[in-house]
Formats: sequence, structure tokens, C-alpha cells
Amino acid sequence: MEPDSRTRWRCRRGMLENDWLLGQFLAQGYAQLDQEGRDAFERLLDYPDNVLLDVVMGRQTTVDDGIARLVPAIRAAAAAETAP
Amino acid sequence: MNLTRRKFDALIIGAGGAGLRAALQLSNGDAKVAVVSKVFPTRSHTVAAQGGVNAALANVLPDSWHWHMFDTVKGSDYLGDQDAIEYMCRAASKVVYELDHFGVPFSRLDNGNIYQRAFGGQSQNFGQTQAARTCAAADRTGHAILHSLYQQNLRARTHFFDEYFAVDLLRDEQGFVLGVLAFEILTGEPIVIEAKTTLIATGGAGQLFRTTTNALINTGDGMAMALRAGVPLEDMEFVQFHPTGIAGRGMLITEGARGEGGFLVNADGERFMERYAPRAKDLASRDVVSRSIATEVREGRGCGRNRDHVLLDLRHLGADAIHHRLPGIREASMTFLGIDPIEAPIPVFPTCHYSMGGIPTNCLGQVVAPVKDTPEDPVPGLYAAGEAACVSVHGANRLGGNSLLDILVFGRAAANHILEYLSENRYHRPLDEGAVERAMARLTRWDRKDPGDGTAERIEPLRRELRKVMEDHCSVFRTDEVMREGVEKVRALRERLNHAVIADHSATFNTARVEAMELENLMDCALATIRSALGREESRGAHSRIDFPERDDQHWLKHSLYSLVDDSLDYKPVRTQPNTVASFPPKERVY
Repeated sequence: MEPDSRTRWRCRRGMLENDWLLGQFLAQGYAQLDQEGRDAFERLLDYPDNVLLDVVMGRQTTVDDGIARLVPAIRAAAAAETAP
Repeated sequence: MNLTRRKFDALIIGAGGAGLRAALQLSNGDAKVAVVSKVFPTRSHTVAAQGGVNAALANVLPDSWHWHMFDTVKGSDYLGDQDAIEYMCRAASKVVYELDHFGVPFSRLDNGNIYQRAFGGQSQNFGQTQAARTCAAADRTGHAILHSLYQQNLRARTHFFDEYFAVDLLRDEQGFVLGVLAFEILTGEPIVIEAKTTLIATGGAGQLFRTTTNALINTGDGMAMALRAGVPLEDMEFVQFHPTGIAGRGMLITEGARGEGGFLVNADGERFMERYAPRAKDLASRDVVSRSIATEVREGRGCGRNRDHVLLDLRHLGADAIHHRLPGIREASMTFLGIDPIEAPIPVFPTCHYSMGGIPTNCLGQVVAPVKDTPEDPVPGLYAAGEAACVSVHGANRLGGNSLLDILVFGRAAANHILEYLSENRYHRPLDEGAVERAMARLTRWDRKDPGDGTAERIEPLRRELRKVMEDHCSVFRTDEVMREGVEKVRALRERLNHAVIADHSATFNTARVEAMELENLMDCALATIRSALGREESRGAHSRIDFPERDDQHWLKHSLYSLVDDSLDYKPVRTQPNTVASFPPKERVY
């Protein structure tokens, strides 16, 4: 399922790093999520920007298993875009 | 017109640090306050400010607000207004202690006092030894400030219009600003928010450039609204660039990478900085490195499939050094590019970081414009603060640690003046329905459908082209010829935007419409920026001209004012006289 507009807008963040990470995932990873994964993604978007970035970068761990399962997919989508 | 209408004493557009600091002051002053923000407030760009807030607390080394003032005037390359700089530096300690009381967890010394870091450009005794002036909450000061201010505002019962997009200011025939037309992104429903006073605190316009450290939300919305309301923008040519952003992405690769021995190479594998700066090489000043990179790319020695960047090579440092001394840079490169700098060089290009220019204000936060006899008549009911504004404390170049200070001091100052204004202007002025209709026309213009004759333009390609044009013609490589060509290209893109349509016409969460209106705002800011840059025939601070390499105080110690209404440039003098101390006369700026 493609992300709806509301989810897309929630991916507009205060930091460019998060804009990029979430934007790449929306384009390349989100469609493969099941309902559980989509719910976890919404919970990830509830995080403050710095926490979100730390969790995705692996500097901080989360007790939310659903979000923890998303992290490798988000990182993979970010790195999949070919370097310029 | 049958529209939802709400009335407030004060309306704040933008929920970053400046907006929230002002809102808190107003709510605590018993004003009825509304904050409009296109994203949830704690997702504002203030959250990205890592460095800290400058204040001469003298907790680590001796310090004084007067030394801070000297450093700021010098850093501004003498273009900053010295009355505003004095005001800011004197107020700094107070706003930091206030933040402390609001709950910002500043890093501490063993004796319990607030810890202070040394940053570049800080000195004791008017340019002598290094000072330590920056108060920080670890490496997330902006985040801590934003969250504390938001919580305080909730407690003070500030009303938030979250995820509402402000379309245009409502200004009557007498020039009073009476609020804004906005719409709720969720429902698409327009709303007239009437206010006795309106404060613009929408941040900068970093999205003007293809390579930027700024978040996607930084589209100069408030600056463009001011332009369309007939207010000129001040000093828009002064844009701070960092030489090494990740190419195609924008994120910063700090100077540390070159400080540790990393060097830049072009497509021929040449260490080109040896040609531009034979002694300092890769550690030359930021503007020299930025311009050298841009020159290499312009002359066809760029790397990559589009030959549009250079490479930062760290491989010779070895895996151990990179692991231990540059872990953050390696992490960023691997995350955003999929490149491990132990194995391959990092593609880099100068990245836009901060807009020194903006909506002209005085020390009280009032927007000032050439309305009657002087270039600085207050626009009644209109205020601005933070990166959207130009007060001007940063002049031609901003010092690290002064941007968070700016938003706090002048957010607070604007609120204090608004409270005074409200005590003297107790009733709402009648709304100008013509202004509402004009703003509504701007909104409904995006209901237009594709005529199907192949003339329709699309938003995303236009946005990409604009950012590329600005990067190619108005970033760090500035000459008369390059910028003149750029002005024509921006004008052509603005014309094409008139023919743009969006595919989505649904009411609910129509983000295509938001993005279209953001692009309109960027176009207006782009014209202001490149016209002002073309006009200024000297090099000063962040504005560096290849054809006019020297600072020229005799002719150019003045602020630019670009007016969109008649597409014209004007100038006004720099306020070189501080409030209580002697002026710092222009000197050569050496560090």
C-alpha cells in the first residue's frame, strides 16, 4: 500500500537528515509494509526529531520491537539511492 | 465571503524558537494568542540547531557583553546594525537564565554553573584571546529549547493551529496588517485569522538552493508574504554557505574532516586547493574553499555522472583514524550515500546553511519599511523575528551561537512591544474584504485544471530547476555575468509557474497544493536574493564577488532593500551608532 498524504506530511521534519531518510523510505520501502509495519511507522513518526534520527542511525535503541524491525529497512532505502 | 473567522490579539506565523518565545511572552502577558504552523510545532527547524546560545555569562573564562558585541559587529563585516547588536548582547544573559528556568537542560560545570564552549569568532578584550561564550544542552540545544518552549506554551494556554498553511497577510488600505488567510491542511478549509498584531517567524529560505542543510520546510513563506504585502526584504544577498555538504543531499561534512588531513580532489584526481591556496590548501577559509570547489565544477573538472561535485578523500588517513577520529562523518557518508570513506571518497559541494537577510525590523521587532518619509517607518500591526527577519544583528555574516540568541532575544522583544501596542489598540480594525478576496484568489488559483493542450507546467520540475539555477548563478560563484543570466532564468521560471497546475484537487490533506504555494514563495525569495546579489558590487562577509573582490565601505556600507511590487532595489544606511557605547568603526576583518 502506498503512503497516504497525511503520512507523507508527517514525514516533513525539522531536520534535513530525517526528511531524507523518511522520504527515501516512503519511495522505496513503505509499500512493502503490512498493517503492523505501517502502525509501527506511525509510532516512529511520533518521536521527536532527534530521537527519531538517533534510533534510525542506531545510536539509540528502542523498546518498541515494531519500530526496531523498521530501522534496517529505512537505512537500506536511504543507502539504495545511488551516489551522485 | 462566507469563511470561517477567528479573532485574536496576536497571531504568530511559525512555531520555531522565535515564534514560541514570542507566544509564551504574550500568553503570560494575558494576550489572546494564536500560533499557525504548517508542521507540528516541535518539528520546526530550530530542532536542528546543535551548537548553542552565546551569552557573556563568564562562567568559564572572563567575558563581557561588550566583547560579545565587538565580535558580532566584526563578524558581520560591519554591516550589522550596532544598536540591535548592543541590544542583543546585553539581553543575552537574561534570555539564557530564562531558558534555564523554563527547563532547558544546559550542560553544567562541576560547580553547577552553566558550561560554556569556545566557538570560532569569540574573543576576550575586543579581539584578543579566545573566549568561551556558548551555552549548550549537549549537542541538541535547539531541540531542548524548542521542546521546553512548546511545553511552556501549552501550560500558558497558547492556541495552536497545527498543520495550517498561511497564504497571505491581510493588509488594509491604510497599511495596517490585520491577520492572515490560512487553510487547514487536513480539510483544505480556508480560515480568516484576524489579529490586532501579526508576527512572522517562519524561518529561512534554505530550500532556494539545490544543496542545503535546511529541512524541506524552509521555503521562505513569511519572507514572501511580506514581499507580496509590499514590504521589501533586506540584505537577501547574504547567504551563509558551508564548503562541504554531501553532494546531492546537503548534509554537512564538518571542517574536522579536512582538519584531520582529508583533502579535496577534482575529476583529474588533482588536489586542486594547492592551486587556489598554496599555503593553507584544504584548510583555507570557508569562502575560499567554497569558491574553489564551484570553480572546479564550472570549468568542467567536476566529478560524478553530472560532473557537478568534487571529492573529499579520507582514505589515506587509514581505517583506524577514520574509526576513532571521524566516526560521525563516516556514519553520515554511509547512511546518506552508502559510501564508506575508508574505501571511497565522499562527493561534496558547498551547502547553503543560513539566510542573514529577511524582513526588515527594528530592535522592537516591528517590521520597518519605506512607507512615508524614512526607510524605517513601522508597518502598523506587523512584526517579524528570527531567521525570517533582518534586524540586522548578523549583517553580512553570522557568528556561530548567535542565531539561537537572535530568535530568543527578538522573539521576546517583539512580544513585549506587541503587548504595549495592544494596550493602546484595544479593538480590532474592520477587516478589508478586498484583501481577503485577493488572498483567496491566490489559494483558489490552484483549483485550475490542466487545459490538456500541453502548456501546463508541473511543480516538481520547476522546483528542481529553480534550485539548480540558484545554485549555479547565485551561490558561491558570483559575477555580474553569471548573476545577470540567473536573474533572467529566475524570471522565466516565475513566468512558467503561472502556467503550473497540480494533479490533486482533493480537499483532504492536499499536500500538492501546499508544495505549489511553497514554490511560489521560493520564487519570490529567489528573485529578491539574486537581484540583491547582482546589485551589490563589492565582497563583504558571505557575499563574495569575483569581479568585485574587495569590501568597499565608501559605497556599500548600506543595507539592500528589494521590493517585489515594483521589482526594484533601494538602499538604507547601516545603523553604526550603538545605544550607549561608542561605535566600532569598520576595520579589516582578520582572525
